Amino acid sequence: MELGRELRATYAFVERNFNLVRRYLNWEIVFLFYSIINALTIGFIGVTTGPDEVLFLTVGALLWGFLSVLFHEVGESVSWERWEGTIEYTFMAPIRRLTHLGGMCIFAIIYGTIRTTVVLAVVAFFFDISLKEANLFSGLLVLVCSSLAFIGLGLMAAVLPLLSPERGSQATHILQGVILLVSGVYYEVEVLPGWLQNLSVISPATYTLKAARAALLEGQSIAALGPEMLRLVVIGLVLIPLGLFIFNLGENYAMRSGKLKRSG
Amino acid sequence: MAAVLEDALVCTGVSKQFYEEEERVPGVKRRWFGRRKRPIHAVKDVTFQVKRGEIFAILGPNGSGKSTLIRIISTLLFPDRGSVHIFGMDVMKKRLYVRRMINRVSVEAAFFKKLSSYENLMYAARLYDVKPEEARVRSREILERLGFSPKKIYIPMENLSRGMQQKVAVARALLTSPVLLLLDEPTTGLDPKSKRDVQKFILEVQESHDTTVILTTHDMDEAEKLCQRMAIIEDGSFVALDTPQNLKAQLTRKNGHAVTLEDVFLELTGKGWEEEG
Ligand SMILES: Nc1ncnc2c1ncn2[C@@H]1O[C@H](COP(=O)(O)OP(=O)(O)O)[C@@H](O)[C@H]1O
Ligand SMILES: [Mg+2]
Repeated sequence: MELGRELRATYAFVERNFNLVRRYLNWEIVFLFYSIINALTIGFIGVTTGPDEVLFLTVGALLWGFLSVLFHEVGESVSWERWEGTIEYTFMAPIRRLTHLGGMCIFAIIYGTIRTTVVLAVVAFFFDISLKEANLFSGLLVLVCSSLAFIGLGLMAAVLPLLSPERGSQATHILQGVILLVSGVYYEVEVLPGWLQNLSVISPATYTLKAARAALLEGQSIAALGPEMLRLVVIGLVLIPLGLFIFNLGENYAMRSGKLKRSG
Repeated sequence: MAAVLEDALVCTGVSKQFYEEEERVPGVKRRWFGRRKRPIHAVKDVTFQVKRGEIFAILGPNGSGKSTLIRIISTLLFPDRGSVHIFGMDVMKKRLYVRRMINRVSVEAAFFKKLSSYENLMYAARLYDVKPEEARVRSREILERLGFSPKKIYIPMENLSRGMQQKVAVARALLTSPVLLLLDEPTTGLDPKSKRDVQKFILEVQESHDTTVILTTHDMDEAEKLCQRMAIIEDGSFVALDTPQNLKAQLTRKNGHAVTLEDVFLELTGKGWEEEG
């Protein structure tokens, strides 16, 4: 069964990456520690400016943490395997590229969810955040809807190291930085200069944050947030196939120019 | 049709060129429209066939284009010109199917260094749809035949010697039951014992499995010991293709005294073996 075969192969990536997490456990703990500290310091800024701000800011920190994990795991997967020296082995496996990248995305979502949950637990312990007003279910659904868009972005970012082994990974970081700046992670996008607000409009994270805050701060229902979620889903449904298409072009380019791997 | 299937591999007129950015020379002004690219002809018009069940060696010094040719055969590089068919399937058009039939061992160990041999082998098994249970049994069996101590299968691969890592690489390739096995300098840099273990195993595989092997090497003794036919590659071109015995016999007749493969190489390329490097 072709489909069964491909589905089973996605598990290769999930298992491999969790094995890697286990083997690099010290680093995982350090990164997690850093994420927690980051969320806390941002939360404390909220404490100094007013209690309403705490939730606004911690939602930003948590969501950004989650989206960064997705973007990073998918976007850096090519650079990482090139560094490990396994890239050619993975690329010549008898599976579809969709299976390979899908496996990476499934891992990223599971892993990102676990990490964000841990950070959330610590944050909730430090600040007694009131979630009485919050509509947690809408919040969760916003997260699911925006995962698609971020996976699409990650796929586009993943192609950069295929085009340029030296500069691709640098470009990925710059892209991530720009998204952080323009998406209103810790402030309303309205405070940005006009020309930067143009970029806010095309960043899916802008809509994720707006919708997540509406769900968690104002308790808006799924029905009320329907249009926002639909927008995120549509962005995702455009970005994922587009990302795959661009990835395929990049792969073909790498196979023609010898950029997949140089030495050996 | 049956005759066609006896050919495991058919390479026809394969060429590959890379472009390398020229080094920036201090003091020399860069041209404002960007750096010039220098073409490197890595593989030039290579044509050959390999019969099913054969071990075919490609012998050549460093930088002669062996790895590039292997990458083209293993669907990792597109040739600029020419075609490659594996059991009748075009490697460019039927990539997915070709990939199911082949596996490659490269010079450098392509492993997740922090993962154990077992974890790396399981990753391979899942990618190639080998059942985990079967993979466990088979990889142990192969590793044992290669003289790999089974206790070491659970420690991170970065703690294994190069010889051990290469044995795991061979096991990983065999685990997926390839009908065409591509070995790119599998014994380069190995200690003498590991080298012999790997060579012995390659011969065993050919006897016991329906596997065709393409082997690159810069070790003449290895080529002579393992292959039925061999090609000598130099600067991307095949300069000879025959059985090791015939290659030596031709020159022996010409020179009137017994020769080694090294003499053959010298005669064909006008270069000493070691001066290349
Ligand atoms: N991906 C690549 N990009 C640019 N040049 C390459 C690439 N791969 C190989 N080359 C060049 O092509 C030539 C042949 O290399 P290679 O096939 O690796 O030789 P061998 O395996 O026989 O040592 C060398 O000059 C090498 O520098
Ligand atoms: Mg080589």
